[in-house]
Amino acid sequence: MLTAGTADIIEAARKDGWVLEPEAFRLLQSAGVPVPRFAWARSRPEALAAAETLGYPVVAKVVSPQILHKSEVQGVAPGILDAERLGNTYERFSRLPGFEGIVVAEMLSGHELIIGAKNDFQFGPVILLGIGGTAVEIYKDTVTRMAPLKARDVEAMLGCLRGHRLLTGHRGVAGVNVPKLTEMMLRFADLVMALGERIDSIDLNPVFCSPQRCAAADARIMLPR
Amino acid sequence: MNFTPLFKPNTMAVAGVSLSNERHPANVIYNKIHLRYSVKVYPVNPRGGAFQRDRVYRGMEEIPGPVDLAVIAVRADLVPETLAQCIRKGVGGAVIISGGFAEIGRMDLQDRITAMAREADFPFIGPNCLGIYSPGHFDTFFLPGERLVRPNPGHVGFVSQSGGVLVDQMVKFTEQGLGLSLAVSIGNKALIRETDLLRHLAADPDTKVMAFYVEGFGRNEGRVFVELAAAVPKPVVVLKAGKTAEGSRAVSSHTASLAGDYKVFSDVLAQHGIVEARNEFELTCFCESLSHYPRGIEGNVAVITVSGGHGALATDICADLGLRVPPLSEAVKQEIRAGLSPNVCNIASLENPVDLTGSAVDEDFAAAVNVLSRAPEVDSVLLLLLPYSPGISSDLGARLSYVHQQNGKPLVAYVPHVEKYRILIEGFELNRVPVASSIDGAVFMVEAMRRCRPC
Repeated sequence: MLTAGTADIIEAARKDGWVLEPEAFRLLQSAGVPVPRFAWARSRPEALAAAETLGYPVVAKVVSPQILHKSEVQGVAPGILDAERLGNTYERFSRLPGFEGIVVAEMLSGHELIIGAKNDFQFGPVILLGIGGTAVEIYKDTVTRMAPLKARDVEAMLGCLRGHRLLTGHRGVAGVNVPKLTEMMLRFADLVMALGERIDSIDLNPVFCSPQRCAAADARIMLPR
Repeated sequence: MNFTPLFKPNTMAVAGVSLSNERHPANVIYNKIHLRYSVKVYPVNPRGGAFQRDRVYRGMEEIPGPVDLAVIAVRADLVPETLAQCIRKGVGGAVIISGGFAEIGRMDLQDRITAMAREADFPFIGPNCLGIYSPGHFDTFFLPGERLVRPNPGHVGFVSQSGGVLVDQMVKFTEQGLGLSLAVSIGNKALIRETDLLRHLAADPDTKVMAFYVEGFGRNEGRVFVELAAAVPKPVVVLKAGKTAEGSRAVSSHTASLAGDYKVFSDVLAQHGIVEARNEFELTCFCESLSHYPRGIEGNVAVITVSGGHGALATDICADLGLRVPPLSEAVKQEIRAGLSPNVCNIASLENPVDLTGSAVDEDFAAAVNVLSRAPEVDSVLLLLLPYSPGISSDLGARLSYVHQQNGKPLVAYVPHVEKYRILIEGFELNRVPVASSIDGAVFMVEAMRRCRPC
C-alpha cells in the first residue's frame, strides 16, 4: 500500500516526468529505504543552517526540474568542509537553469552499489543490484530479479555478481553489511511493487554500503511518459 | 479449454485439400495422415468431388461423424468461414496452418478468429504454424514424412514459436536418441500460447521435461510463465531468441539500460530454476539429461577418465561453467583403491579427476563408479569412456548403469559415437544413463542439473 504522501509526490512530479531528488529521498524514507540525513535548502542561510545541523563535511547538489544529470553541469559538490565553501557553491548552483534550491546532505562512505528497478514489459517490476558508481555501465556487473524479493533472492543476487568478493571483504578492505543491504533491498522491492505502473524506472546510484550501514546517496525516479 | 481433441484425435478433417495441386500443404497433410497414421481423416474443399477415390466434403458440416481435430490450410480470408463451420459442427479443435495474419500486419483478421474461438470456447493452434507432431500418433506438418527426421516417442514436450526451429531441433533430438512426448509449433500463438501448453504438458504423464523456444512474451506474460514453471515439479528448459536487440534504445536511467530485455529474461529464468539453454546444442544436452535426472544439484562433479587429457579438458569446461571438481577425501580414495585390479591399483591417480589409466578393465570402472556414487563430497559422476583398449568389454555400459541405479547419484557418460561402440552406448542409454558424443556435451548434461536449481 502506498501512503498518501507518496502518491502526492508522484502526482506532483508528473509534469516533469521525474521526481526531484529531495522528494525522491522523502519517498524512499517513508518506505523504510535508508537515505542520508539531508535538507532541501531554498536560500543560502537555510543551506548554512542545515550544514551546521548535519556537521561538515557535507555534499551539496543542485535541485532543478531541468537538470536530470546533475554531474554533467557540475551540479554535485562533495566534501564541502566549511560554511564559506558551501556559500560559494550555493551561489554557483543558483545560476543553473531552473534552480529550485540545493540538497545539503551528510557524506557517506563504503562500497558503491547500484540498486534499481524498472517495469519490464514481459515480467513486470524487476529489481537490479550491481557494482555502482559512475563506471556502472562500463563494468555492467549487475543482476536482475523479479519483484517481490525474498531474503534468499538477495543472497543469490550478491553471489551472482562478479565482484561479490569485494562486498564480503577483500585484502584488508572491509565488506558490506549484508543484513542491512538485504533489509534495504526488501524494503525497496516492496516499494516498487506498491508503486506498480506509476513509475518507469528507479536508479539508486550510488548506494554507499559499509560494514555499518547502507544508504542511497542519489535517487532518480523516472515516471512513465 | 479441453485440449484432448487437439493432441489425441481419433478423427480429423483437412480443410483446403486441392484437387489440382498435389503439393498443396493441405494435400501433404491429408496424404500423410491418410496413408501413415491410424487416424480417420476427411478431405474438405467447397467444390466437393473425389480425391484419390475418397469423397471430398464441401464443408465441415457435411462430414457424417464427429471430428476431433480440423487442420485448416485455406487462404487467410477464408479462415473465418472455415472456423465458423468447425464451431457449428462441434469440432473439438483446430490447427490453423494458413499464414497471412499478424505476421503481415493483418492483426484485424487474427483478432477476429481469436474472438470467435474465445466466444465458442474452441481451442486452436496458430495461425501461421506447422502445428502438432505427436510421435507414432499423427502430425500436421505440411512437410512430407520422408523429408522429416522423426524422433521416437519419448519424454520431452517441445513448444516452439518457430516451425523451422522445431523441425531442425527434431533432427538434433534424433541424433541424440532423444524422444518426444509432443511437439507443437504455435506460430502467431493467437489463442493457445506458451503458458497454456506449459499447463498441459505439466499434467501430461508422458512428459518429463518441457522445452520452449521463445521469441518473446506479451505484456506481463513472462511473469505468469515463470511463476507457473517454478511451481511445476518437472524441469523447464527455455531457448530464447533475440538476445541482442537490447541496448539500442535511448534510455534515461542506468537500470533501464543495464536491465535490457534479454538480461532480465535470463536472470529471471535463473531466479525461478528454469534452465536457460543458450543454443540448440545446450538445448539438446539439457533435455537429454533432465529427462533422466529431473532434480537440481549443487554441481560438485566426480570425473572418471582413462586419459589425463580428457580429465583436464573436462575439468576446464566444468570450471568455466562454475561446476566444481572437488578433491576427494582419503577415505574415498582408499575405498576406490581397494577395489582396483592389481595392474591399475599402483598406477591410477585418485585425485579428482580419477584417472584409471589405459590399463583399466571393467572392474576398475565399477569400483570407481560405485564408491563415487556414494561419496558425500560429490553430487554427480561424469565418466569419460574411451573404449579403445581391450580391457573394456561391450557389457560395461549396462554394468555401470546398474551400479548407478543402486546408488541413485546422477551418472553421465561420454562415449565416442561411432557405430562399433553402439552396444556400449545402448548399454547405458537403455538403462537410463545419458551418453554424450563429446566431452562438452557430457559436461553440459551435468550443468543442466545445476541450472535446474533456483539461483
